[in-house]
Amino acid sequence: MHPSSMRTKKSAGRMVADEPLWLRVLLISLAFAVIGFLILIPLAYVFKQAFANGWNGFVKNLWHDADTRHSIWLTMTVAPLAVLFNTIFGLAAAWTITRFKFPGRTLLTTLLDIPFAISPVVVGLMFVLLFGMQGYVGPTLREWGIKVIYSWPGLVLATTFVTLPFVARELIPLMESLGDEEEVAAVSLGANPWQLFWRITLPNIKWGLVYGIIQCNARAIGEFGAVYVVSGHIAGETDTMPLRVEKLFQEYNNPGSYAVASILTLMALATLLGKYVLEQYIARQMAADTEE
Amino acid sequence: MWLSKSHRVLPGFGLSLGYTMTILTLLLILPLVACLFKVATLTPAQFLGAVWTERARATYLLSFGASFVAALINVAIGLLLAWVLVRYNFWGRRFLDSMIDLPFALPTAVAGLVFSSLLVEKGWYGQFLVPLGIKGAYSRLGIVIVLVFVGLPFVVRTVQPVLESLEGDTEEAAAMLGANRWQTMWRILLPALRPSLMTGFALSFARGLGEYGSVIFISGNIQYKTEIAPVLIVERLEQFAYAEATAIAVVLMGMSLVSLALVNWLERRSRKYAS
Repeated sequence: MHPSSMRTKKSAGRMVADEPLWLRVLLISLAFAVIGFLILIPLAYVFKQAFANGWNGFVKNLWHDADTRHSIWLTMTVAPLAVLFNTIFGLAAAWTITRFKFPGRTLLTTLLDIPFAISPVVVGLMFVLLFGMQGYVGPTLREWGIKVIYSWPGLVLATTFVTLPFVARELIPLMESLGDEEEVAAVSLGANPWQLFWRITLPNIKWGLVYGIIQCNARAIGEFGAVYVVSGHIAGETDTMPLRVEKLFQEYNNPGSYAVASILTLMALATLLGKYVLEQYIARQMAADTEE
Repeated sequence: MWLSKSHRVLPGFGLSLGYTMTILTLLLILPLVACLFKVATLTPAQFLGAVWTERARATYLLSFGASFVAALINVAIGLLLAWVLVRYNFWGRRFLDSMIDLPFALPTAVAGLVFSSLLVEKGWYGQFLVPLGIKGAYSRLGIVIVLVFVGLPFVVRTVQPVLESLEGDTEEAAAMLGANRWQTMWRILLPALRPSLMTGFALSFARGLGEYGSVIFISGNIQYKTEIAPVLIVERLEQFAYAEATAIAVVLMGMSLVSLALVNWLERRSRKYAS
Protein backbone atom coordinates (compact mmCIF):
# COMPACT_ATOMS: atom_id res chain seq x y z
CA MET A 1 0.00 0.00 0.00
CA HIS A 2 2.95 2.33 0.37
CA PRO A 3 3.70 3.99 -2.92
CA SER A 4 6.80 5.97 -2.21
CA SER A 5 9.08 3.00 -1.70
CA MET A 6 12.59 3.35 -2.93
CA ARG A 7 12.71 2.92 -6.64
CA THR A 8 15.78 1.86 -8.44
CA LYS A 9 14.90 3.00 -11.89
CA LYS A 10 15.92 1.26 -15.02
CA SER A 11 18.15 3.59 -16.94
CA ALA A 12 16.55 4.46 -20.27
CA GLY A 13 17.12 0.96 -21.54
CA ARG A 14 14.09 0.82 -23.68
CA MET A 15 11.82 3.67 -24.52
CA VAL A 16 8.73 2.92 -26.51
CA ALA A 17 7.97 6.17 -28.24
CA ASP A 18 6.08 5.45 -31.41
CA GLU A 19 3.51 8.15 -30.80
CA PRO A 20 3.63 10.94 -33.38
CA LEU A 21 5.96 13.77 -32.46
CA TRP A 22 3.20 16.34 -31.89
CA LEU A 23 1.52 14.06 -29.36
CA ARG A 24 4.76 13.44 -27.53
CA VAL A 25 5.53 17.17 -27.37
CA LEU A 26 1.98 17.88 -26.21
CA LEU A 27 2.09 15.31 -23.40
CA ILE A 28 5.53 16.41 -22.20
CA SER A 29 4.45 20.06 -22.22
CA LEU A 30 1.33 19.16 -20.26
CA ALA A 31 3.44 17.36 -17.69
CA PHE A 32 5.71 20.39 -17.29
CA ALA A 33 2.66 22.67 -17.05
CA VAL A 34 1.13 20.55 -14.27
CA ILE A 35 4.37 20.45 -12.29
CA GLY A 36 4.99 24.12 -12.99
CA PHE A 37 1.64 25.34 -11.70
CA LEU A 38 1.29 22.90 -8.83
CA ILE A 39 4.88 22.73 -7.61
CA LEU A 40 7.48 25.04 -9.15
CA ILE A 41 5.61 28.36 -9.08
CA PRO A 42 4.38 27.80 -5.49
CA LEU A 43 7.99 27.00 -4.50
CA ALA A 44 9.27 30.20 -6.08
CA TYR A 45 6.46 32.15 -4.40
CA VAL A 46 7.48 30.97 -0.93
CA PHE A 47 10.97 32.38 -1.32
CA LYS A 48 9.80 35.55 -3.02
CA GLN A 49 7.49 36.30 -0.09
CA ALA A 50 10.04 35.30 2.53
CA PHE A 51 12.59 37.72 1.07
CA ALA A 52 10.08 40.45 0.18
CA ASN A 53 11.84 42.77 2.64
CA GLY A 54 15.31 41.60 1.74
CA TRP A 55 17.70 39.45 3.68
CA ASN A 56 17.50 41.66 6.77
CA GLY A 57 13.73 41.46 6.88
CA PHE A 58 13.96 37.71 6.59
CA VAL A 59 16.42 37.39 9.45
CA LYS A 60 14.38 39.78 11.57
CA ASN A 61 11.18 37.81 11.01
CA LEU A 62 12.87 34.57 11.76
CA TRP A 63 15.29 35.31 14.54
CA HIS A 64 14.05 38.38 16.38
CA ASP A 65 10.73 36.76 17.17
CA ALA A 66 11.14 34.73 20.36
CA ASP A 67 8.06 32.56 19.66
CA THR A 68 9.26 31.71 16.18
CA ARG A 69 12.70 30.86 17.53
CA HIS A 70 11.10 28.58 20.09
CA SER A 71 9.03 26.84 17.41
CA ILE A 72 12.18 26.06 15.41
CA TRP A 73 13.87 24.63 18.48
CA LEU A 74 10.76 22.57 19.33
CA THR A 75 10.49 21.06 15.85
CA MET A 76 14.20 20.22 15.94
CA THR A 77 13.60 18.29 19.17
CA VAL A 78 10.26 16.60 18.52
CA ALA A 79 10.95 15.35 14.99
CA PRO A 80 14.25 13.55 15.76
CA LEU A 81 12.68 11.88 18.81
CA ALA A 82 9.76 10.59 16.74
CA VAL A 83 12.19 9.40 14.05
CA LEU A 84 14.32 7.60 16.64
CA PHE A 85 11.29 5.77 18.08
CA ASN A 86 10.06 4.80 14.64
CA THR A 87 13.48 3.58 13.54
CA ILE A 88 13.66 1.18 16.47
CA PHE A 89 10.03 0.21 15.97
CA GLY A 90 10.51 -0.26 12.22
CA LEU A 91 13.51 -2.53 12.72
CA ALA A 92 11.69 -4.64 15.32
CA ALA A 93 8.49 -4.87 13.26
CA ALA A 94 10.32 -5.73 10.03
CA TRP A 95 12.45 -8.37 11.79
CA THR A 96 9.34 -9.97 13.31
CA ILE A 97 7.29 -9.92 10.13
CA THR A 98 9.93 -10.97 7.60
CA ARG A 99 11.98 -13.47 9.60
CA PHE A 100 9.35 -15.50 11.44
CA LYS A 101 6.10 -17.20 10.64
CA PHE A 102 3.47 -16.94 13.33
CA PRO A 103 -0.30 -16.73 13.57
CA GLY A 104 -1.51 -13.15 13.21
CA ARG A 105 1.39 -12.12 10.98
CA THR A 106 -0.94 -10.77 8.29
CA LEU A 107 -2.99 -8.97 10.92
CA LEU A 108 0.15 -7.32 12.23
CA THR A 109 1.06 -6.14 8.74
CA THR A 110 -2.44 -4.69 8.33
CA LEU A 111 -2.25 -2.92 11.70
CA LEU A 112 0.86 -1.12 10.46
CA ASP A 113 -1.20 0.59 7.75
CA ILE A 114 -3.84 1.96 10.11
CA PRO A 115 -2.13 5.32 10.75
CA PHE A 116 -2.51 6.04 7.01
CA ALA A 117 -6.28 5.60 7.25
CA ILE A 118 -6.89 7.82 10.27
CA SER A 119 -7.15 11.59 10.01
CA PRO A 120 -4.32 13.26 11.96
CA VAL A 121 -6.96 15.33 13.75
CA VAL A 122 -8.57 12.11 15.00
CA VAL A 123 -5.14 10.89 16.14
CA GLY A 124 -4.80 14.03 18.23
CA LEU A 125 -8.31 13.54 19.60
CA MET A 126 -7.54 9.97 20.69
CA PHE A 127 -4.55 11.14 22.70
CA VAL A 128 -6.58 13.91 24.30
CA LEU A 129 -9.16 11.27 25.33
CA LEU A 130 -6.41 9.22 26.96
CA PHE A 131 -4.06 11.81 28.39
CA GLY A 132 -6.14 15.00 28.66
CA MET A 133 -7.23 16.44 32.01
CA GLN A 134 -10.63 14.78 31.59
CA GLY A 135 -9.05 11.74 29.96
CA TYR A 136 -8.81 8.14 31.10
CA VAL A 137 -5.24 8.25 32.41
CA GLY A 138 -4.45 11.97 32.19
CA PRO A 139 -5.42 12.91 35.77
CA THR A 140 -3.38 10.03 37.24
CA LEU A 141 -0.31 10.99 35.23
CA ARG A 142 -0.82 14.57 36.30
CA GLU A 143 -0.67 13.52 39.95
CA TRP A 144 2.72 12.01 39.20
CA GLY A 145 3.75 15.29 37.66
CA ILE A 146 3.64 14.15 34.04
CA LYS A 147 1.93 16.49 31.60
CA VAL A 148 1.31 14.98 28.16
CA ILE A 149 -1.37 17.08 26.49
CA TYR A 150 -0.47 20.75 25.91
CA SER A 151 3.15 19.73 26.38
CA TRP A 152 6.03 18.23 24.42
CA PRO A 153 5.44 14.55 25.31
CA GLY A 154 2.05 14.83 23.59
CA LEU A 155 3.72 16.30 20.52
CA VAL A 156 6.19 13.42 20.39
CA LEU A 157 3.42 10.84 20.87
CA ALA A 158 1.19 12.31 18.16
CA THR A 159 4.07 12.70 15.71
CA THR A 160 5.27 9.15 16.37
CA PHE A 161 1.79 7.77 15.72
CA VAL A 162 1.38 9.58 12.42
CA THR A 163 4.83 8.52 11.15
CA LEU A 164 4.70 4.99 12.62
CA PRO A 165 4.57 3.03 9.34
CA PHE A 166 7.28 4.87 7.40
CA VAL A 167 10.46 2.98 8.38
CA ALA A 168 8.71 -0.39 8.75
CA ARG A 169 7.02 -0.09 5.32
CA GLU A 170 10.38 0.59 3.72
CA LEU A 171 12.19 -2.29 5.45
CA ILE A 172 9.57 -5.05 5.12
CA PRO A 173 9.65 -5.48 1.31
CA LEU A 174 13.43 -5.02 1.30
CA MET A 175 14.11 -7.66 3.96
CA GLU A 176 11.59 -9.99 2.36
CA SER A 177 13.41 -9.80 -0.98
CA LEU A 178 16.83 -10.23 0.64
CA GLY A 179 15.79 -13.47 2.32
CA ASP A 180 17.30 -14.90 5.46
CA GLU A 181 19.98 -17.25 4.09
CA GLU A 182 22.91 -15.06 5.03
CA GLU A 183 21.53 -14.58 8.52
CA VAL A 184 20.84 -18.28 9.05
CA ALA A 185 24.38 -19.07 7.83
CA ALA A 186 25.88 -16.51 10.21
CA VAL A 187 23.99 -17.96 13.16
CA SER A 188 24.98 -21.52 12.34
CA LEU A 189 28.61 -20.33 12.17
CA GLY A 190 28.21 -19.07 15.73
CA ALA A 191 27.36 -15.38 15.39
CA ASN A 192 25.65 -13.93 18.43
CA PRO A 193 22.58 -11.68 18.00
CA TRP A 194 24.69 -8.55 18.37
CA GLN A 195 27.13 -9.60 15.65
CA LEU A 196 24.28 -10.80 13.48
CA PHE A 197 22.60 -7.40 13.54
CA TRP A 198 25.68 -5.19 13.14
CA ARG A 199 27.64 -7.33 10.67
CA ILE A 200 24.98 -8.98 8.51
CA THR A 201 21.52 -7.45 8.77
CA LEU A 202 22.34 -3.76 9.12
CA PRO A 203 24.91 -3.58 6.27
CA ASN A 204 22.36 -5.26 3.99
CA ILE A 205 19.48 -2.95 4.78
CA LYS A 206 21.31 0.29 5.60
CA TRP A 207 20.29 2.26 2.48
CA GLY A 208 16.67 1.20 2.76
CA LEU A 209 16.79 2.22 6.40
CA VAL A 210 18.27 5.63 5.54
CA TYR A 211 15.58 6.10 2.89
CA GLY A 212 12.83 5.27 5.38
CA ILE A 213 14.35 7.64 7.94
CA ILE A 214 14.49 10.50 5.42
CA GLN A 215 10.80 10.09 4.62
CA CYS A 216 9.80 9.62 8.24
CA ASN A 217 11.71 12.77 9.17
CA ALA A 218 10.05 14.88 6.46
CA ARG A 219 6.61 13.81 7.60
CA ALA A 220 7.49 14.32 11.28
CA ILE A 221 8.64 17.89 10.64
CA GLY A 222 5.52 18.72 8.66
CA GLU A 223 2.89 17.09 10.86
CA PHE A 224 0.04 19.49 11.52
CA GLY A 225 -3.39 18.10 12.39
CA ALA A 226 -2.37 15.76 15.20
CA VAL A 227 -0.01 18.22 16.88
CA TYR A 228 -2.54 21.01 16.41
CA VAL A 229 -4.97 19.11 18.62
CA VAL A 230 -2.60 17.85 21.33
CA SER A 231 -0.50 21.00 21.58
CA GLY A 232 -3.23 23.46 22.50
CA HIS A 233 -1.44 25.74 20.03
CA ILE A 234 0.37 27.83 22.66
CA ALA A 235 2.86 30.30 21.15
CA GLY A 236 6.32 30.06 22.64
CA GLU A 237 5.44 26.79 24.36
CA THR A 238 3.91 24.09 22.18
CA ASP A 239 3.89 25.65 18.71
CA THR A 240 5.99 23.68 16.24
CA MET A 241 7.11 25.30 12.98
CA PRO A 242 4.03 24.33 10.91
CA LEU A 243 1.77 25.54 13.73
CA ARG A 244 3.75 28.76 13.88
CA VAL A 245 3.15 29.26 10.15
CA GLU A 246 -0.58 29.05 10.79
CA LYS A 247 -0.58 31.33 13.83
CA LEU A 248 1.40 34.07 12.06
CA PHE A 249 -0.97 33.75 9.08
CA GLN A 250 -3.98 34.19 11.40
CA GLU A 251 -2.31 37.26 12.89
CA TYR A 252 -1.96 38.74 9.38
CA ASN A 253 1.81 38.59 9.75
CA ASN A 254 2.43 37.24 6.25
CA PRO A 255 6.17 38.04 6.08
CA GLY A 256 6.72 36.20 9.37
CA SER A 257 4.61 33.28 8.22
CA TYR A 258 6.52 33.01 4.94
CA ALA A 259 9.89 33.25 6.68
CA VAL A 260 9.07 30.10 8.68
CA ALA A 261 7.49 28.48 5.62
CA SER A 262 10.66 29.08 3.61
CA ILE A 263 12.76 27.19 6.18
CA LEU A 264 10.30 24.29 6.03
CA THR A 265 10.48 24.41 2.23
CA LEU A 266 14.27 24.29 2.33
CA MET A 267 14.03 21.20 4.54
CA ALA A 268 11.65 19.61 2.02
CA LEU A 269 14.04 20.36 -0.83
CA ALA A 270 16.89 18.86 1.21
CA THR A 271 14.74 15.75 1.65
CA LEU A 272 14.21 15.47 -2.11
CA LEU A 273 17.92 15.97 -2.75
CA GLY A 274 18.78 13.29 -0.19
CA LYS A 275 16.39 10.83 -1.81
CA TYR A 276 17.73 11.63 -5.27
CA VAL A 277 21.37 11.14 -4.27
CA LEU A 278 20.49 7.88 -2.53
CA GLU A 279 18.58 6.54 -5.54
CA GLN A 280 21.45 7.42 -7.89
CA TYR A 281 23.98 5.79 -5.58
CA ILE A 282 21.97 2.58 -5.32
CA ALA A 283 21.34 2.45 -9.07
CA ARG A 284 25.09 2.74 -9.65
CA GLN A 285 25.83 0.05 -7.09
CA MET A 286 23.32 -2.29 -8.67
CA ALA A 287 24.83 -1.67 -12.08
CA ALA A 288 28.28 -2.44 -10.65
CA ASP A 289 26.92 -5.64 -9.08
CA THR A 290 25.52 -6.95 -12.33
CA GLU A 291 28.78 -6.20 -14.15
CA GLU A 292 30.79 -8.36 -11.76
CA MET B 1 5.06 -26.28 15.81
CA TRP B 2 4.18 -23.31 13.66
CA LEU B 3 7.71 -21.97 13.45
CA SER B 4 9.29 -23.44 10.36
CA LYS B 5 12.63 -25.15 10.84
CA SER B 6 14.91 -22.56 9.27
CA HIS B 7 13.15 -19.69 11.00
CA ARG B 8 13.68 -21.14 14.44
CA VAL B 9 17.42 -20.64 13.98
CA LEU B 10 17.28 -16.84 14.02
CA PRO B 11 17.29 -15.09 17.39
CA GLY B 12 15.08 -12.37 18.74
CA PHE B 13 11.59 -13.61 17.94
CA GLY B 14 10.23 -13.10 21.44
CA LEU B 15 11.94 -9.74 21.89
CA SER B 16 11.00 -8.20 18.56
CA LEU B 17 7.44 -9.51 18.58
CA GLY B 18 6.98 -8.42 22.18
CA TYR B 19 8.36 -4.96 21.48
CA THR B 20 6.30 -4.50 18.31
CA MET B 21 3.11 -5.62 20.02
CA THR B 22 3.74 -3.43 23.08
CA ILE B 23 4.23 -0.32 20.96
CA LEU B 24 1.25 -1.11 18.75
CA THR B 25 -0.95 -1.74 21.78
CA LEU B 26 0.09 1.43 23.61
CA LEU B 27 0.16 3.72 20.62
CA LEU B 28 -2.52 2.31 18.35
CA ILE B 29 -4.94 -0.08 20.00
CA LEU B 30 -5.32 1.66 23.35
CA PRO B 31 -6.22 5.05 21.80
CA LEU B 32 -8.68 3.37 19.42
CA VAL B 33 -10.32 1.57 22.35
CA ALA B 34 -10.46 4.85 24.27
CA CYS B 35 -12.30 6.32 21.29
CA LEU B 36 -14.91 3.55 21.35
CA PHE B 37 -15.27 3.81 25.14
CA LYS B 38 -15.95 7.51 24.85
CA VAL B 39 -18.59 6.98 22.16
CA ALA B 40 -20.19 4.25 24.29
CA THR B 41 -20.97 6.85 26.97
CA LEU B 42 -23.46 8.42 24.56
CA THR B 43 -27.02 7.11 24.24
CA PRO B 44 -28.03 6.24 20.66
CA ALA B 45 -30.11 9.41 20.54
CA GLN B 46 -27.18 11.54 21.72
CA PHE B 47 -24.91 9.84 19.19
CA LEU B 48 -27.27 10.62 16.34
CA GLY B 49 -27.68 14.13 17.67
CA ALA B 50 -23.93 14.60 17.44
CA VAL B 51 -23.17 12.97 14.10
CA TRP B 52 -26.32 13.62 12.07
CA THR B 53 -26.95 17.34 12.44
CA GLU B 54 -27.38 19.34 9.28
CA ARG B 55 -24.01 20.97 9.83
CA ALA B 56 -22.27 17.63 10.35
CA ARG B 57 -23.88 16.16 7.25
CA ALA B 58 -22.67 19.13 5.22
CA THR B 59 -19.10 18.49 6.41
CA TYR B 60 -19.21 14.77 5.49
CA LEU B 61 -20.56 15.58 2.07
CA LEU B 62 -17.86 18.18 1.47
CA SER B 63 -15.01 16.04 2.85
CA PHE B 64 -16.17 13.06 0.82
CA GLY B 65 -16.93 15.03 -2.34
CA ALA B 66 -13.78 17.15 -2.37
CA SER B 67 -11.53 14.14 -1.68
CA PHE B 68 -13.32 12.14 -4.37
CA VAL B 69 -12.97 14.84 -7.02
CA ALA B 70 -9.35 15.53 -6.03
CA ALA B 71 -8.51 11.81 -6.22
CA LEU B 72 -10.12 11.56 -9.68
CA ILE B 73 -8.09 14.54 -10.90
CA ASN B 74 -5.01 12.90 -9.42
CA VAL B 75 -5.71 9.72 -11.39
CA ALA B 76 -5.72 11.74 -14.63
CA ILE B 77 -2.65 13.83 -13.76
CA GLY B 78 -0.87 10.82 -12.30
CA LEU B 79 -1.41 8.73 -15.41
CA LEU B 80 -0.11 11.54 -17.60
CA LEU B 81 3.00 12.10 -15.46
CA ALA B 82 3.79 8.40 -15.09
CA TRP B 83 3.37 7.88 -18.83
CA VAL B 84 5.61 10.78 -19.78
CA LEU B 85 8.28 9.81 -17.24
CA VAL B 86 8.42 6.13 -18.21
CA ARG B 87 7.95 6.28 -21.96
CA TYR B 88 9.74 9.41 -23.11
CA ASN B 89 13.29 10.58 -22.79
CA PHE B 90 13.57 14.33 -22.64
CA TRP B 91 15.59 17.13 -21.14
CA GLY B 92 14.61 17.65 -17.50
CA ARG B 93 13.05 14.22 -17.02
CA ARG B 94 14.95 13.41 -13.84
CA PHE B 95 14.23 16.84 -12.42
CA LEU B 96 10.54 16.39 -13.12
CA ASP B 97 10.64 12.96 -11.54
CA SER B 98 12.25 14.28 -8.34
CA MET B 99 9.89 17.23 -8.02
CA ILE B 100 6.84 14.96 -7.99
CA ASP B 101 7.73 13.87 -4.45
CA LEU B 102 7.64 17.43 -3.13
CA PRO B 103 4.06 17.18 -1.79
CA PHE B 104 5.21 14.27 0.40
CA ALA B 105 8.17 16.23 1.72
CA LEU B 106 6.60 19.68 2.09
CA PRO B 107 4.61 20.37 5.28
CA THR B 108 0.97 20.66 4.27
CA ALA B 109 0.64 23.95 6.17
CA VAL B 110 3.10 25.49 3.70
CA ALA B 111 1.03 24.21 0.79
CA GLY B 112 -2.14 25.68 2.26
CA LEU B 113 -0.42 29.01 2.91
CA VAL B 114 1.01 29.32 -0.59
CA PHE B 115 -2.10 28.27 -2.50
CA SER B 116 -4.30 30.61 -0.48
CA SER B 117 -1.95 33.50 -1.34
CA LEU B 118 -1.74 32.53 -5.00
CA LEU B 119 -5.50 32.20 -5.48
CA VAL B 120 -6.77 35.36 -3.75
CA GLU B 121 -7.93 38.15 -6.02
CA LYS B 122 -4.55 39.88 -6.14
CA GLY B 123 -2.47 36.68 -6.11
CA TRP B 124 -0.40 35.35 -8.99
CA TYR B 125 -3.13 32.92 -10.09
CA GLY B 126 -6.12 34.84 -8.73
CA GLN B 127 -5.55 37.93 -10.86
CA PHE B 128 -6.26 35.83 -13.94
CA LEU B 129 -8.81 33.41 -12.48
CA VAL B 130 -11.01 35.67 -10.36
CA PRO B 131 -12.06 37.92 -13.32
CA LEU B 132 -13.16 34.69 -15.05
CA GLY B 133 -15.37 33.93 -12.06
CA ILE B 134 -13.07 31.22 -10.71
CA LYS B 135 -12.64 31.87 -7.01
CA GLY B 136 -10.00 29.58 -5.58
CA ALA B 137 -9.52 31.13 -2.16
CA TYR B 138 -12.09 30.52 0.57
CA SER B 139 -14.10 28.20 -1.64
CA ARG B 140 -14.72 24.53 -2.24
CA LEU B 141 -12.59 24.75 -5.37
CA GLY B 142 -9.66 25.82 -3.20
CA ILE B 143 -10.10 22.72 -1.05
CA VAL B 144 -10.00 20.51 -4.14
CA ILE B 145 -6.84 22.29 -5.38
CA VAL B 146 -4.87 21.74 -2.18
CA LEU B 147 -6.08 18.13 -1.96
CA VAL B 148 -4.86 17.57 -5.53
CA PHE B 149 -1.47 18.95 -4.46
CA VAL B 150 -1.29 16.85 -1.31
CA GLY B 151 -2.26 13.61 -3.08
CA LEU B 152 -0.36 14.20 -6.32
CA PRO B 153 2.51 11.71 -5.83
CA PHE B 154 0.31 8.73 -4.87
CA VAL B 155 -1.01 7.81 -8.33
CA VAL B 156 2.28 8.57 -10.10
CA ARG B 157 4.25 6.37 -7.71
CA THR B 158 1.82 3.43 -7.88
CA VAL B 159 1.44 3.50 -11.69
CA GLN B 160 5.10 4.17 -12.59
CA PRO B 161 6.56 0.75 -11.62
CA VAL B 162 3.72 -1.10 -13.38
CA LEU B 163 4.21 0.90 -16.53
CA GLU B 164 7.96 0.24 -16.36
CA SER B 165 7.36 -3.50 -16.09
CA LEU B 166 5.06 -3.58 -19.13
CA GLU B 167 8.00 -2.91 -21.49
CA GLY B 168 5.70 -2.43 -24.46
CA ASP B 169 5.86 -6.06 -25.64
CA THR B 170 2.13 -6.64 -25.48
CA GLU B 171 1.47 -3.29 -27.10
CA GLU B 172 3.82 -4.12 -29.94
CA ALA B 173 2.13 -7.47 -30.42
CA ALA B 174 -1.26 -5.79 -30.41
CA ALA B 175 -0.09 -3.25 -32.97
CA MET B 176 1.31 -5.99 -35.21
CA LEU B 177 -2.00 -7.79 -35.06
CA GLY B 178 -3.60 -4.66 -36.43
CA ALA B 179 -4.84 -2.84 -33.35
CA ASN B 180 -4.80 0.94 -33.55
CA ARG B 181 -3.52 3.27 -30.82
CA TRP B 182 -6.89 3.66 -29.11
CA GLN B 183 -7.60 -0.05 -29.11
CA THR B 184 -4.20 -0.76 -27.60
CA MET B 185 -4.75 1.92 -25.02
CA TRP B 186 -8.21 0.76 -23.94
CA ARG B 187 -7.84 -3.00 -24.32
CA ILE B 188 -4.22 -3.61 -23.34
CA LEU B 189 -2.82 -0.78 -21.27
CA LEU B 190 -5.76 0.30 -19.18
CA PRO B 191 -6.69 -3.17 -17.87
CA ALA B 192 -3.07 -3.75 -16.89
CA LEU B 193 -2.85 -0.40 -15.14
CA ARG B 194 -6.26 -0.48 -13.50
CA PRO B 195 -5.26 -2.09 -10.17
CA SER B 196 -2.45 0.41 -9.64
CA LEU B 197 -4.68 3.32 -10.65
CA MET B 198 -7.20 2.18 -8.06
CA THR B 199 -4.57 1.87 -5.33
CA GLY B 200 -3.37 5.36 -6.15
CA PHE B 201 -6.93 6.65 -6.12
CA ALA B 202 -7.61 5.05 -2.74
CA LEU B 203 -4.45 6.44 -1.15
CA SER B 204 -5.10 9.91 -2.50
CA PHE B 205 -8.75 9.76 -1.40
CA ALA B 206 -7.93 8.55 2.12
CA ARG B 207 -5.29 11.23 2.47
CA GLY B 208 -7.77 13.88 1.35
CA LEU B 209 -10.47 12.72 3.74
CA GLY B 210 -8.22 13.27 6.75
CA GLU B 211 -6.31 16.31 5.53
CA TYR B 212 -6.45 19.30 7.83
CA GLY B 213 -3.29 21.42 7.75
CA SER B 214 -3.55 22.67 4.19
CA VAL B 215 -7.33 22.98 4.02
CA ILE B 216 -7.80 25.37 6.95
CA PHE B 217 -5.67 27.99 5.22
CA ILE B 218 -7.65 28.04 2.02
CA SER B 219 -11.21 27.08 2.94
CA GLY B 220 -12.10 29.95 5.25
CA ASN B 221 -14.01 27.35 7.29
CA ILE B 222 -17.49 28.74 6.58
CA GLN B 223 -20.27 26.63 8.13
CA TYR B 224 -22.38 24.68 5.64
CA LYS B 225 -20.14 25.89 2.81
CA THR B 226 -16.45 25.20 3.22
CA GLU B 227 -16.25 23.38 6.55
CA ILE B 228 -14.69 19.91 6.33
CA ALA B 229 -15.26 17.14 8.89
CA PRO B 230 -11.85 17.43 10.64
CA VAL B 231 -12.50 21.15 11.21
CA LEU B 232 -15.82 20.32 12.88
CA ILE B 233 -14.05 17.80 15.13
CA VAL B 234 -11.53 20.41 16.22
CA GLU B 235 -14.29 22.93 16.84
CA ARG B 236 -16.22 20.48 19.06
CA LEU B 237 -13.00 19.71 20.93
CA GLU B 238 -12.31 23.36 21.56
CA GLN B 239 -15.75 23.58 23.19
CA PHE B 240 -14.75 20.57 25.33
CA ALA B 241 -17.58 18.47 23.81
CA TYR B 242 -15.29 15.43 23.81
CA ALA B 243 -17.94 12.74 23.34
CA GLU B 244 -19.52 14.55 20.39
CA ALA B 245 -16.15 15.18 18.78
CA THR B 246 -15.31 11.50 19.18
CA ALA B 247 -18.64 10.45 17.66
CA ILE B 248 -17.93 12.51 14.54
CA ALA B 249 -14.38 11.14 14.47
CA VAL B 250 -15.72 7.57 14.55
CA VAL B 251 -18.02 8.31 11.61
CA LEU B 252 -15.10 9.82 9.67
CA MET B 253 -12.91 6.80 10.46
CA GLY B 254 -15.71 4.47 9.43
CA MET B 255 -16.11 6.26 6.10
CA SER B 256 -12.39 6.09 5.48
CA LEU B 257 -12.11 2.38 6.36
CA VAL B 258 -15.20 1.37 4.34
CA SER B 259 -14.00 3.19 1.24
CA LEU B 260 -10.50 1.75 1.58
CA ALA B 261 -11.94 -1.75 1.96
CA LEU B 262 -14.20 -1.20 -1.04
CA VAL B 263 -11.35 -0.06 -3.25
CA ASN B 264 -9.22 -2.94 -2.00
CA TRP B 265 -11.95 -5.36 -3.04
CA LEU B 266 -12.39 -3.71 -6.45
CA GLU B 267 -8.64 -3.73 -6.96
CA ARG B 268 -8.35 -7.44 -6.20
CA ARG B 269 -11.25 -8.18 -8.54
CA SER B 270 -9.76 -6.23 -11.42
CA ARG B 271 -6.35 -7.79 -10.78
CA LYS B 272 -7.89 -11.24 -11.11
CA TYR B 273 -9.70 -10.07 -14.21
CA ALA B 274 -6.53 -8.66 -15.72
CA SER B 275 -4.46 -11.81 -15.32
